[in-house]
Amino acid sequence: MSAYKPLGGRILTPAFLFFAVVFLISLYFMVERFTDGMGAVANINGGFPWGIWVVYDVIIGTGLACGGYALAFTVYVFNKGKYHPLVRPALLASLAGYALGGFGAIFDMGRWWQFYNILLPWNWNFNSVMLEVGLCVSLYIIVLIIEFSPAYLEKIGATGLLKVLDKTLFFFIALGVLLPTMHQSSLGSMLIIMGYKVDPLWQVLQFQPLLAVLTAIIMGYSIVIFEASLARVGFGGKDETPLLAVLGKVSVWLMVVFLVIRFGVLAAQGKIGLIFAGDFASLMFIIETILFVAPAIIIASPSLNKSPGKLLIAAVSMLFAGALYRFDAFLFTYDPGPGFSYFPSAPEIMVTLGVISFEIMAYLVVVKTLPVLHRSEHA
Amino acid sequence: MERRDFLKGALGTGAAAVVCGASSGSAEARPNLEANGEAVGMLYDSTLCVGCKACVTACKNINGMEPIFRNGDEAYDAAADLSGQTLNVIKIYKDGKATVKDAEQDGFAFEKRSCMHCVDPGCVSACPVTALKQQAKTGIVIYDPDACIGCRTCMTACPYNVPQFQYDKAFGQIAKCQMCNQKGVERIDNGMMTGCAEACPTGATLFGTRDALLAEAKRRMELKPGEIYNYPRGDVSKPDSYHEKPVPTYKNHIWGEKEAGGTNVMHISAVSFDKLGMPPLEERSYASISEGVQHTLYSYLALPAVALAGLSFLVKRNTDGDDKGGES
Repeated sequence: MSAYKPLGGRILTPAFLFFAVVFLISLYFMVERFTDGMGAVANINGGFPWGIWVVYDVIIGTGLACGGYALAFTVYVFNKGKYHPLVRPALLASLAGYALGGFGAIFDMGRWWQFYNILLPWNWNFNSVMLEVGLCVSLYIIVLIIEFSPAYLEKIGATGLLKVLDKTLFFFIALGVLLPTMHQSSLGSMLIIMGYKVDPLWQVLQFQPLLAVLTAIIMGYSIVIFEASLARVGFGGKDETPLLAVLGKVSVWLMVVFLVIRFGVLAAQGKIGLIFAGDFASLMFIIETILFVAPAIIIASPSLNKSPGKLLIAAVSMLFAGALYRFDAFLFTYDPGPGFSYFPSAPEIMVTLGVISFEIMAYLVVVKTLPVLHRSEHA
Repeated sequence: MERRDFLKGALGTGAAAVVCGASSGSAEARPNLEANGEAVGMLYDSTLCVGCKACVTACKNINGMEPIFRNGDEAYDAAADLSGQTLNVIKIYKDGKATVKDAEQDGFAFEKRSCMHCVDPGCVSACPVTALKQQAKTGIVIYDPDACIGCRTCMTACPYNVPQFQYDKAFGQIAKCQMCNQKGVERIDNGMMTGCAEACPTGATLFGTRDALLAEAKRRMELKPGEIYNYPRGDVSKPDSYHEKPVPTYKNHIWGEKEAGGTNVMHISAVSFDKLGMPPLEERSYASISEGVQHTLYSYLALPAVALAGLSFLVKRNTDGDDKGGES
């Protein structure tokens, strides 16, 4: 039998109600976006067509939802079964993040009522990186639903379906590793065609997909550590620190690879001097680098295994590093030329907060009603 | 021991990632698309422009777009930049006292902004649903609102920030110059010229094939400043009329001959193009680099198919014998 158990308990906690209020306020602006056009709610413009709805909700949001991807890699490709207890909560968080990324993408679509055009093969432009991202993300959401479905099927006792799924699940797990590798790298590739608009410190052209997929896996491991730590504080349970610490150590190696490639490419492109230019871009680059290096130092310290607090700090730093890398490239240092500027409007920020609130509410409801968290010691 | 295995595995991932990166780094990207000399285009000579904006009005009339008024002045269209209701605009460069036309210091100069109709267009390359297409014969970049999903990737991919989404409408679309050849207008297909070139009183906006316009631009580069040149108006191959004018001191630079693969709308000027707000472009088109990476990774979906087969095998091997049924 599965050792996963629903948490039970009240759904309507004060925290849940807080997120519900934020979500309800955001609903007002979501409706306004559809009745009055995007310009009525968002500050996006001719030079900045992508604001936080794309860059946070989709590009960073799906990066933060890479826990399921990173763990699937660990558990099933490298055969590390002992990480199994972490898989379901990670898959749930991925599903929540990707579902809302998908929602964000359609919500931000200027011609949303024609969204199905991207699913019609005769429209496909195989030169387009966005096509690959759109199709891959759509497919991956379906794969995530299938990967997560045993939790629901166990709850309703659909043993027949579970058996069928058990025989075929390996294929969906393989897809669940392949698809994020594809579209998370493509999120980086989207920067190539933006050319000079992407700051030289972030415009590494052919290396964009590699750096993007590395940040995706780093963010994936970090979010698993982050969520497991929070779940333990919030819901109690076994201390998984030694297990999580290893994920942290793998992340450090990935960060080393990331930094070596990044600095190597910048050196090869003759752009190292720009790091010390003293302008906004150089400041952001240095902050990013610190956020990548600090957790490496924390995780390398010998007392780590016994210190969940330290590990959590390291994970948060890595999350900020990965998120800032994408924010910087797509938005903060993005420069379409003179005459354009962008700062999100209050309603625009409210919509994003509403989307995040909904994501958290959905996560809370599901872990309380479905067997998601590993509760072996209570079994 | 287990941890060592794990780290080995992680290094394996890193190695795989590096291989993937190296293959993309060495991607045999396609070269820029080739210019079609018979494509239709325009040549904008900033030194001939007097800023009358007849082209702006003509453009709006033909495309059925409302003028933009500022400060209650309804005498003429005061559009400051391209937008969802402006496909063509005349902007001004000013320096210091701004008294001398076409001088970089204490001078002013006009600059036209409209779609450059790139030879290797970023918007066409980036559009996931082929809503932006380059007409094979004319080279015109046309837009199909029925295919467009409004993702605005074209806007990020355009080096000139030309495509503009109509953010002020609940059901907006992308607005961009289609050289008056979109469905329902089709001036080029009917043997006419673009509205802006037809309306231009000084020949600052000249219509013609790319080859003919490039030859005219090169001819002007060769002229001596101060000598009298007979400037054509309208269509460069059959001008409506001419006017004589002393030749200005042109910058020896035909914008669009080579920038990012070249454009079918070209500009010449006496003020350097960075001052006129043109972007910092090199000869290589970003579209060609992007497509090179994309096709290396995804050509016939070969790499993903091999990866999927490998992953399926590994996952199957690692989940078999794992008889804790139902553990996903």
